[in-house]
Amino acid sequence: MPIRDLIHGPIRWLEGTAPKNDRVLSTRVRLARNVAGVRFVGKALPGELEGLRERVFETAAQTSSFRGAAKVRMEELPLLDRQFLLERHLVSHDLTGEAQARGLILDPEEKLSLLVNEEDHLRIQALYPGLQLQEAFERARIADQELERTLQFATHAELGYLTACPTNVGTGMRASVLVHLPGLVLSQRIKKILTGIQQVGLTVRGFYGEGSEVVGNFFQISNQVTLGESEEETLGKLEQAIGQLLEWEGRSQEGLLRDAGLQVEDKILRALGTLKYSRLLGSQELIGLLSAVRFGHTLGMRNVPSVAVLNDLLLKGQPAHLQRIAGREMSSEERNAFRAARVQKALGVEDVPSLQG
Amino acid sequence: MRCQQCNDAEATVHLKEVTDGKLRELHLCESCANEKGFHPVIEQNKLTIATQFIWMAENLYPETSSKVGAVQCSACGLRYSQFSRVGRVGCPECYDAFQPQLQKILLRVHGATKHKGRLPVDPSSPATAATSTATAESPEVPASGATGGPSGPAGAAPADLSALSPEQLERHVRELEGKLKRAVETEAYEDAARIRDEIRRLRGGAE
Repeated sequence: MPIRDLIHGPIRWLEGTAPKNDRVLSTRVRLARNVAGVRFVGKALPGELEGLRERVFETAAQTSSFRGAAKVRMEELPLLDRQFLLERHLVSHDLTGEAQARGLILDPEEKLSLLVNEEDHLRIQALYPGLQLQEAFERARIADQELERTLQFATHAELGYLTACPTNVGTGMRASVLVHLPGLVLSQRIKKILTGIQQVGLTVRGFYGEGSEVVGNFFQISNQVTLGESEEETLGKLEQAIGQLLEWEGRSQEGLLRDAGLQVEDKILRALGTLKYSRLLGSQELIGLLSAVRFGHTLGMRNVPSVAVLNDLLLKGQPAHLQRIAGREMSSEERNAFRAARVQKALGVEDVPSLQG
Repeated sequence: MRCQQCNDAEATVHLKEVTDGKLRELHLCESCANEKGFHPVIEQNKLTIATQFIWMAENLYPETSSKVGAVQCSACGLRYSQFSRVGRVGCPECYDAFQPQLQKILLRVHGATKHKGRLPVDPSSPATAATSTATAESPEVPASGATGGPSGPAGAAPADLSALSPEQLERHVRELEGKLKRAVETEAYEDAARIRDEIRRLRGGAE
C-alpha cells in the first residue's frame, strides 16, 4: 500500500468512538530497541545501517504484527510525503531529515509502526485513539516479542534495554497521551498543574512532540523515567496522572460554566462561526478554532460537529495533508483559501457568500 | 538576615551541614552560595539533594573532569567528551566504558540505576510472556579489595590508595556515592556527611 493512499482513508488512531475521545485525542506507546552487534545509529560504520534496515524489513515481514504492512525507505520518499507522515504523527522530526538508511514500516491500520535507524535502530510505536494505554502497550509489546525472536536486542544485566540516549535506557518505553485541557487553560490553572506533573517524573510537550509548541490547548503528557520502574508501574503512574488531570479539567469546566457560562458559550460559537464563514484560514488558527468547538462538545453543547469530524479536520487541515488532497504544491495563501473551503465542506456549509458569484 | 560570608547582601540560601558530627547552619546570599558551590535549588526534593551532592563533588574536584573527557570506549572509539556534546553514546559497550559518569546521569534523569522491567524472553524457557523480570534492588555489597570501606580510619589512606588502580578507585567512589544517595534519601545526614568526607578524601588522595 503506497503511503499516499493514507490520505483517502479515515485516520484510525483518531477514530471518534474511542474511550474519553473528546478530552483525550490519542495514546502512544513507543519502545526503543537496538540490535546487538551493530553500533548505534550515530556511530555506525558505512553500510551497516543499510544492511540493518533490510534485516529489520525482512524480519518484520514474517511477523503477524506487521502483516500487510507498508515498507518505506525514507530517501525514496518525496519531501512532501515525509512532511505528511510527520503531520500524521507517524514519524518524528528526526526521521524526516536527510539521514541515512532510515525506514518506516506501517501496518494497514496505522496503529502500529516501526521506525528504523532513527535515534535508535528500532522504535516500535503503537498509536491508539482516545485513552488506551494498556491496549497500545500490549500491541507494542507483542510486536517487540515477535521481533526479538529473530533480532537479538542489545541489553545489559543492570540497565535493561540499551539505547543511544541514556534518557531512554531501561524499559526503552515512552508512553504519551495527547490531552485537550481548555478548561484548565481558560481558568489559568494550567501552569501550576503542569509544574506539578513534572515533579512526579512526567513530561509535558506540545502537539507534535519534543520541542513543539502548545497549540489549541493540546498537551502531550509522557513518562520521563525509563529506569528503575517496570513498564506496568510507568503506565499506571501515567494513567493515574491523566485521570487526575481530567478530573481537574472537569472541575475547571464546571467552575467556568458557573461563573462565566455566557462568555464561554460566546467564545465557542464565535469559533464555530469563523470555521463556517471565512475565506482564509491559517493552520495554527484552525487548530485553535477546532479546540474551541471541541470544548463545546465536551461541555455537552448540542448541534456542534462530531469529534470524528473535528479530528479529521485537525489532521487534514495541516499543510502537507492539504497539498496531498489537492494533488499539487500550494503557496501559503492558496493553502489558507483551500483550507477554509475544505472546512466549510466538512461542516456542510453551502451558502457561503462570495465575490466570485 | 545578612549573608554570613559577605555580610552585605540578604541571605537567601539556608543550609544545614553536618561536619565532624556537629550541625552547622549556613546563611548565604545567592552569589556567595554559588561561589561556594551550593546551588540555590538545593532542597526542592530529596532527589535534588542527592544530585546536589554529586554536583558539588564534581565542582569541588574539577581537575578530574578533564581526565573524564578523555575516557574512550574501546569498542567504538567514542570519547566521553564527544558523548557530552551530542548526548548519545556510540554502542552498547559505551555503557560500561563510561559507567561512572553515566551512573550520575542516570541517577539524575531517572532517580535509579537499575532496570526493573521486561527483558527479552529466553527462547529456551517456557514462554511466560507478560511477566516482568523485575529484580529487587541488590543489597549493599561491600567494596571487595577496596580501602576498608567508608568507615575506615582516615589516616590509613595514602598507602592503601596507591595500591588501587584508577578504575578500582573510581568504582569504590561510585559505590560510596550510591551510599551517599541512600543516606540522603533516608535523611541520615550524619552518615551522609561522613560518606561525603570519605569521598572527598579518596578524590583528594587519588591526585
